[in-house]
Amino acid sequence: MAFISSGYNPSKPMEDRITDIGPRSFEDFYPPVIKKNKGKWDYHEILKPGILVHVSETGDKVFTVRCGTARLMTVSLIREACDIADKYCGGHLRFTTRNNIEFMVDNEKTLNEMVADLSGRKFAGGSFKFPIGGTGAGISNIVHTQGWVHCHTPATDASGPVKAVMDEMFEYFQSMSLPAMVRISLACCLNMCGAVHCSDIGIVGIHRKPPIVETEILDNICEIPLAVAACPTGAIKPSKLEVEGKKVNSVVVNPERCMYCGNCYTMCPAMPLASGQGDGIVLMVGGKVSNRISMPKFSKVVVAYIPNEPPRWPTLTKTIKHIVEVYAKNAKKYERLGEWAERIGWEKFFEVCGLEFSHHCIDDFRDPAYYTWRQSTQFKFTSHVE
Amino acid sequence: MAKHKTPMLDQLESGPWPSFVSDIKQEADKRAKNPAGLDFQIPQDCPDDLLGVLELAYKDKETHWKHGGIVGVFGYGGGVIGRYCDQPEKFPGVAHFHTVRVNQPAGKYYKTDYLRGVMDIWDLRGSGLTNMHGSTGDIVLLGTTTPQLEEIFHELTHTLNTDLGGSGSNLRTPADCLGKSRCEFACYDTQALCHTLTNDYQDELHRPAFPYKFKFKFDGCPNGCVAAIARSDFSVIGTWKDDIRIDQDRVKAYVAGEFKPNAGAHAGRDWGKFDIVAEVVDRCPTKCMSYAGGKLSIDNSNCTRCMHCLNVMPAALKVGLETGATILCGAKAPILDGAQMGSMLVPFIPVEEPYDEIKEVIENIWDWWMEEGKNRERLGETMKRMGFQKLLEVTNIKAVPQHVKEPRSNPYIFFKEDEVPGGWKHDEKGYRERHMR
Repeated sequence: MAFISSGYNPSKPMEDRITDIGPRSFEDFYPPVIKKNKGKWDYHEILKPGILVHVSETGDKVFTVRCGTARLMTVSLIREACDIADKYCGGHLRFTTRNNIEFMVDNEKTLNEMVADLSGRKFAGGSFKFPIGGTGAGISNIVHTQGWVHCHTPATDASGPVKAVMDEMFEYFQSMSLPAMVRISLACCLNMCGAVHCSDIGIVGIHRKPPIVETEILDNICEIPLAVAACPTGAIKPSKLEVEGKKVNSVVVNPERCMYCGNCYTMCPAMPLASGQGDGIVLMVGGKVSNRISMPKFSKVVVAYIPNEPPRWPTLTKTIKHIVEVYAKNAKKYERLGEWAERIGWEKFFEVCGLEFSHHCIDDFRDPAYYTWRQSTQFKFTSHVE
Repeated sequence: MAKHKTPMLDQLESGPWPSFVSDIKQEADKRAKNPAGLDFQIPQDCPDDLLGVLELAYKDKETHWKHGGIVGVFGYGGGVIGRYCDQPEKFPGVAHFHTVRVNQPAGKYYKTDYLRGVMDIWDLRGSGLTNMHGSTGDIVLLGTTTPQLEEIFHELTHTLNTDLGGSGSNLRTPADCLGKSRCEFACYDTQALCHTLTNDYQDELHRPAFPYKFKFKFDGCPNGCVAAIARSDFSVIGTWKDDIRIDQDRVKAYVAGEFKPNAGAHAGRDWGKFDIVAEVVDRCPTKCMSYAGGKLSIDNSNCTRCMHCLNVMPAALKVGLETGATILCGAKAPILDGAQMGSMLVPFIPVEEPYDEIKEVIENIWDWWMEEGKNRERLGETMKRMGFQKLLEVTNIKAVPQHVKEPRSNPYIFFKEDEVPGGWKHDEKGYRERHMR
């Protein structure tokens, strides 16, 4: 391998340097029909699952085909998407907030040809490369994080559970038979990169063991006051400990006050807490970000622990599928998962979904916990009350 | 021929959803064959080694990526994240495997020549693996080595006329919904605002000077497709002040079944004939609508612009003409203080170039937060600690009932000294003249 220079000269780093130019302008990339009709859109319809038409005041139409992706994509797959865009869309494509690819055309003939082409593209292993769906009252692509593929703090994998869940929910990606949209998101640790905390179904990786304290090296690689200050529950205290007869500066962790958030590890690499035995998943339900009908809501914990079961996470997928099916059967048209749970009451939600309620589902973290306890005689008797 | 056996990952190749394992295997094969004859600048077999280390993580149920590592390009404090494998001898191809964040264009529209340009750089100088896109919005290029970082930056700026995104305690790459480009609901040009503020605040984006990360997100309407209200310190959400425009002929057309309700979003199940009273009027959260004699009426002064009626009948109902945005502040995910939703700060602000009014709000907030915010404290946490009144004070915004869901239910009120006649001083002598000790 010979080093190929781009023209950068390390001995004169400022020579010819371009900085702070920001991203390319969105106007460089608009398909012509979008550029012409920006701000003039009259209405839209979903023609079939994954296929939208937007109609302009000018009479122009743009047909959009939405395709799911694994988000973790190789250059070859993106080039294949570019080939499709070159063939049918004049070299234009876009990505959605939920990591779908959208291909846009301005006539139905090209639309039909493109749909047939996309539907036939598969990987050697048999899965679709560009499955069409993700619109309306169904399940769109799962927004997720990096997991074991590339992250240093995860408590679970991301790409694997997402593949397993989406395989199981695929019929809802390609149909619109639910009472409302169901948005699933996954965060592989409590940092929650992405809006997992406000999703209809949130899959969140958690640790369950307090951090290891690597006393022999801690003072060399950590700022102890920062590690102490990083703990939201005050579980970490500075301490002088003895290693091989020598006094060293370190910390001690009070395990009963630790809720395994990993914030100390972020500040101090000598406090790792990942554990094949302890780690797993919390399932959260009923959040949303839309202001439609009811206010935006946080997701709530309905299953406090599901073990990591690579490669296909069967307990997780089974539980999610069951919740979605019970919701589909019982909720009213337009009712989001959380709105349905609030209407029937959460005690009823646990009953009709057949989910075990444990003390872990009661909030005990700071002030907000108090506002979630029931301060009323108004409740429903369910099988939980003997 | 695969370099490592991956019996667990192989099970993720079946099923209909796109398999990342199949995709990476395909890439590994292509790099091994190297049909383009590239002189790869990082190990040729890194996709193989990535699958190998991931299989090990599946076996151990633990990640094999090390904590952090400070790398970057000259003059920037953000945009590159160091990443090293903790089993470098077994997987040398991914021993050094840094992430590069590239600032995405607003609305994530692309021309293929640009995208191919990014892919060419990443084929030659990176692993060939990407996230399209990261949760914050950037194009995320996964896996390269330190000597390639300046080369990649040079190519991005010189060849593709584009820049890195943010990481660390700075302004993170702003993100928006596609707005007016393809949506009839957009109340302002989200792309123009996102692009302008991204460019105006390049210094804040690339040189960490904040207590912690700070996120802008721009939603064109209260439907919130980019989730601004839940995950950005500063959310600009489109809204309108005047009346919803009604096309009564099209209302009749919906009732007659000529348009599909909710744009066809419920077509997968037989929900019965569209019932405008049950599905629109009765579901209005403020009950400000009525339907009589084939005519739909809205008492706009009681409307809270929840979007439901517009979503159900997008062809018949339109957002008002006096459009702008509502600004909410302080949203974030759980750590440290628990999840926080954005709190409404500015009920209505016009969104017009050069956006000076919006910038004034932003800069007032930053001045305060940079002064008062603790290390690793998000704006929402500073707001909680210092109180919403303090935020109003530093932004010169007058308190209005719209700022709260309900007024306080405790009378533990802090008054300022100048709000009380005579200040906080007592007439001690006079007091004792009136009261015996």
